Amino acid sequence: MKAIGIIAGGVFRDSIRDRIAYGLVFFAVLLIAASFLLAQLTAGQDVKIIKDLGLAASSMIGLFIAVFFGIGLVTKEVERRSIYSLLSKPVTRSQFIVGKYIGLVMTLLINLSVMAIALYLVLAYFDWVTPASVKAAWESSALDPRMLKAFALIGVELMVMTAVTLFFSTFSSSFLSAVLAAGVYIVGHFGDDLKHLDVTVNSWLLPVLGRAAYYVMPNLSRLDVKAAVVHAEPITGAYMAVAALSSGLYILTLLVGATIIFSRRDLQ
Amino acid sequence: MPVIKTEGLAKHYKTGFWRPRPYPALRDLTLEVEQGDVFGFLGPNGAGKTTTLKLLMQLIYPSSGTAEVLGKPVGDVSVRGRIGYLPENPYFYDNLTAEELLVYFARLFGHSAREGRARAQRLLDEVGVGPERRFQLRKFSKGMIQRVGIAQALINDPEVVFLDEPMSGLDPLGRRDVRELILKLRDQGRTVFFSSHVLSDAEALCNRVAILVKGRLAVTGSVEELTALAAKGYELVVAGLSEQLLERVHSRMSHSTRVGPGRYSLVLPPSTAPEPLIAELAAAGARVVSLNPVRSTLEDFFVEQVRAAAEDREVSRAS
Repeated sequence: MKAIGIIAGGVFRDSIRDRIAYGLVFFAVLLIAASFLLAQLTAGQDVKIIKDLGLAASSMIGLFIAVFFGIGLVTKEVERRSIYSLLSKPVTRSQFIVGKYIGLVMTLLINLSVMAIALYLVLAYFDWVTPASVKAAWESSALDPRMLKAFALIGVELMVMTAVTLFFSTFSSSFLSAVLAAGVYIVGHFGDDLKHLDVTVNSWLLPVLGRAAYYVMPNLSRLDVKAAVVHAEPITGAYMAVAALSSGLYILTLLVGATIIFSRRDLQ
Repeated sequence: MPVIKTEGLAKHYKTGFWRPRPYPALRDLTLEVEQGDVFGFLGPNGAGKTTTLKLLMQLIYPSSGTAEVLGKPVGDVSVRGRIGYLPENPYFYDNLTAEELLVYFARLFGHSAREGRARAQRLLDEVGVGPERRFQLRKFSKGMIQRVGIAQALINDPEVVFLDEPMSGLDPLGRRDVRELILKLRDQGRTVFFSSHVLSDAEALCNRVAILVKGRLAVTGSVEELTALAAKGYELVVAGLSEQLLERVHSRMSHSTRVGPGRYSLVLPPSTAPEPLIAELAAAGARVVSLNPVRSTLEDFFVEQVRAAAEDREVSRAS
């Protein structure tokens, strides 16, 4: 366990200082701030626009970081040969995989927290400059704490995507890992549609394939509660717990798979 | 008990996309390295040196054969706490400083961060990394990375050190520092196993060497043994040698040189045993001043081995 913690700390320290990560987070903060200006152009929808854009920017930038850095966790380590020194130390390959994963998740959660704070600051300012008569028409308050639920599930989604990318990077190239991870992300957001493909498609094969994909791919659409939060719809604790638990099991399965594949791999 | 032991170790890579065929990178390597040896693992490019080191670190798995380090199979994680490894052309994490990298590795060996820092300072001093140790590694030159690589290989005071091309990328001063470091490790009783192209380094540092050619072990032994095997003959210095006696033994030598009155340097070919000639000269009244083998350098021997292996392949291909 100690080795996992040390490796996770090393990944965190290396990735938190990466200029690309800085740039992406800065870009997200800028986008969130810009949503304030965009909100000025709309009538009545202003606070929704800020929340919508802020949550979407946080999710997308987080996804970029998860995939971009997730690839680097194994593939780049092998390509650049930095893994040779590390694996010659008293570290097993499974400790390497889990440590790398936890390190990047730590980085992602810190970055996501920065983006959440930025969004709440923009919303707090907006709340401060908006007259009470206008605020009365809002579906929910600007500083609605339910947004934290959306951020929490974005965090879970990023953890799933990091595990997906890590899994692919144990046996494929950087480019292929990124493409496959992007594919999983897209398909994962159509989980419920895939399950009920027989309703919309007149074929026997496609619904079977769709259902197979539904069971294999992570159901990321369940983790997307951004629209519900913006429209002040309730998100129960049970829903959150089930979504987090099923994602946790999926992550665990991917990490076990990644460990098995990686443990047998020649690091040429 | 040997510190490093391989038996029939082989590694085949698959090449080709549509019809992958096995390419033998290493064949049937049986080798033993004793404690305290400075063992030079020599060979031309593509000989299988790095493949062997990777097998010993279990970065790759053997196609057949076994390998042991410190009496345990190479996969044993506990052994890794007692060894150090410098990979060929090492690369580390861009955004960590040299000091942080060493502390990171030291902690993997169970040292506290404080102890790791102390070890890092000592080793970075030793390998000649100055105040730049606080810079991020992406700003380091190849030579400086190599020095950091050597420092990380020694962070746990290893009993056995594996160095893959340790002189690579180093300037003359750096090479001298590494040579001194290897000698220091030897004096401390540690075992050093290093691959190199630089034969003069191997000759100066190693007590034993192995030469690998096209994945096969061509020869192994002490530097003295191997260079003696390739002896070019003997130089016999004789005093009190008359012209007639010189005439009588002349056919048995490569050449002779007069070095003083009645004093000659006689060079015998390796096919001529010196003992009968010495007896004959002594019986005729001449006095033997010295007898020395005329040895080739390790480089001569190395080139001979590589050529011989190439010729063997040609012959087997033709037949």
